[in-house]
Amino acid sequence: MTSQDFSLSSGRSLKRSQMSFKTLFSNVMTGIAFACAIIALIPLVALLYYLLINGFARLGPQLFTQLPPPPYQPTSPQFNTGGFGNAFIGTLMTVGIASAISIPFGVFASIFLSEFARDTKLADSINFFTNVLSGVPSIVMGVFAYGAIVLTTKSYSAMAAGVALAVLMLPTIVRTATEALESVPKELRQAAFGLGATNYQTILGVVLPAAIPGIITGVMLGVARAAGETAPVIFTALFNNFWNLDPWKPTATLSALVFNFAGTPYKNWQQLAWSAALVLVALVLIANILSRWITQRKR
Amino acid sequence: MALATDNTQGMSWHRTATSRFLDKGFFWLTAAFGIGVGIILLAIAFQVGRDAIPSIQKFGLGFLTATRWNPVEDIYGAWTQIYGTLVTSFMALLLAVPVGVGVAIVLSEDFLPPRLQKPLVFMVELLAAIPSVVYGLWGIFVLAPLLQGPAMWFYKTFAGVPVLGSLFSTPPTGRGVYIAGIILAIMILPIISAISRDALVAVPLELRQAAYGLGASRWETLFRVIIPAAFSGIVGGVMLALGRAMGETMAVTMLIGNSSNPSPSLFAQGSTISSLLANQFAEADGLQVSSLMYAALVLFGLTLLVNILAELLVSRVKLKM
Repeated sequence: MTSQDFSLSSGRSLKRSQMSFKTLFSNVMTGIAFACAIIALIPLVALLYYLLINGFARLGPQLFTQLPPPPYQPTSPQFNTGGFGNAFIGTLMTVGIASAISIPFGVFASIFLSEFARDTKLADSINFFTNVLSGVPSIVMGVFAYGAIVLTTKSYSAMAAGVALAVLMLPTIVRTATEALESVPKELRQAAFGLGATNYQTILGVVLPAAIPGIITGVMLGVARAAGETAPVIFTALFNNFWNLDPWKPTATLSALVFNFAGTPYKNWQQLAWSAALVLVALVLIANILSRWITQRKR
Repeated sequence: MALATDNTQGMSWHRTATSRFLDKGFFWLTAAFGIGVGIILLAIAFQVGRDAIPSIQKFGLGFLTATRWNPVEDIYGAWTQIYGTLVTSFMALLLAVPVGVGVAIVLSEDFLPPRLQKPLVFMVELLAAIPSVVYGLWGIFVLAPLLQGPAMWFYKTFAGVPVLGSLFSTPPTGRGVYIAGIILAIMILPIISAISRDALVAVPLELRQAAYGLGASRWETLFRVIIPAAFSGIVGGVMLALGRAMGETMAVTMLIGNSSNPSPSLFAQGSTISSLLANQFAEADGLQVSSLMYAALVLFGLTLLVNILAELLVSRVKLKM
């Protein structure tokens, strides 16, 4: 390096000209990228806007305690009566059945993946199957539950829908629970073993409690997704215009109600569909925000 | 010291038989559930395949190319639906890939301060979590009426054009393949942008620094270094989105019109495999159920293929990280 090198470079400016092709190209591309971001946000904003406008119109406690009304004309004094109480209970029932199946199943499976089979070929292939399972269309799980339960019991039922939704929730739960268990520090396990605890005492008494926040996150996301799923429900639980608490009978759900009522020409049924959609989206929103809050607090 | 040894000698280091039994039992219990997760996929394939056998025996592979779906005469062929699935999915990809990758670039570069970037990432993720049936509801009452005008203009302008014209050859109605394609594009956009963003963020910082050091601008770096390095991850994300689009049911069922008549026009009403299943399962019996199972098996196979490819691509990205 001689002083000549410096004088050479000082003759050229390090700044780019504002009009050079390079700068122009960069600015145009930045503009296009931001346009993409705005285009992507428009549907979200529009969706939430219409959902709030139309869904809030008749939000109230009677929605959760009354049965769907017969179709009324907008001029009728009874136009704003009725609710979707049966569908709300039905959603709780189907998602409850799904949780009762998929949470123990998923948590035990992830204990195996993270505590006994970590970093083995077997765990890799189970993870692979889990990921592929999460990509299987939800309607195929409905078809599976239809074949396995509706055809054998010869009746549409909340149980069949619960099984379909359980298969749907399983990959989410396995993935998040495995992650949560794997992030529990090794020292905790070593301390428990050092005190003379056996495998199952260590896992059930020490590792699992430490991973609970992460597992709850996964369960909440799974539940919110299952509550909104419609395709696996419409021909397993079918629908029911009346109250039903028997898991082996056809049952109404909120998501099926949105589907059934949205396609009708009756204004008061359409309004109920919007309100049910608002409830479903609120559920998804709350689950997402809570899970984010839990994972952030852990850090 | 002697005391300590005495103490330990008093204690038995051996576990009781019950304790060992519990430990073994616990291991095998978790192992059964763990392997069970893998087996579910096979169980689904087995169950659906078994129920499809009568239809497979009757129609064979001709089922895939025949265009009639006639419950009255009990004759079934699913080409119209397979075609509808492919057309709506590819239309969705065509619209969503450029926009989704654009969003991923905005959300992975340092255009925006982190305080603004984080909520945006969250909003895009939220878009992915909204139930399909809600998109369908919004599509019926907001999107479909909105698209009527532009679709009419397209029809009047392009219907006469020789080759391209066949895509727009029927007058648009309130339901149709094009609305289904557009709603699918909106629904898969968050998947594409989230996975592409992960892939872009995973590119080592050194590559970027080296490019900047050589005097490359931000976009030269992106096009020549970052995007090529992240390419397999982006393609993986696009494949996952394709799988989702092919299996997506409710929004499509509510907007596509559910007609079994084959037509090349995007403005015509049509159907997809999933919309066929959603519409007919509840009222089907006999050979129709079996044929629907056959159609479900075809959909299962298609999405499985796409998802396995995507999984291999995305997991390669994760290994590099």
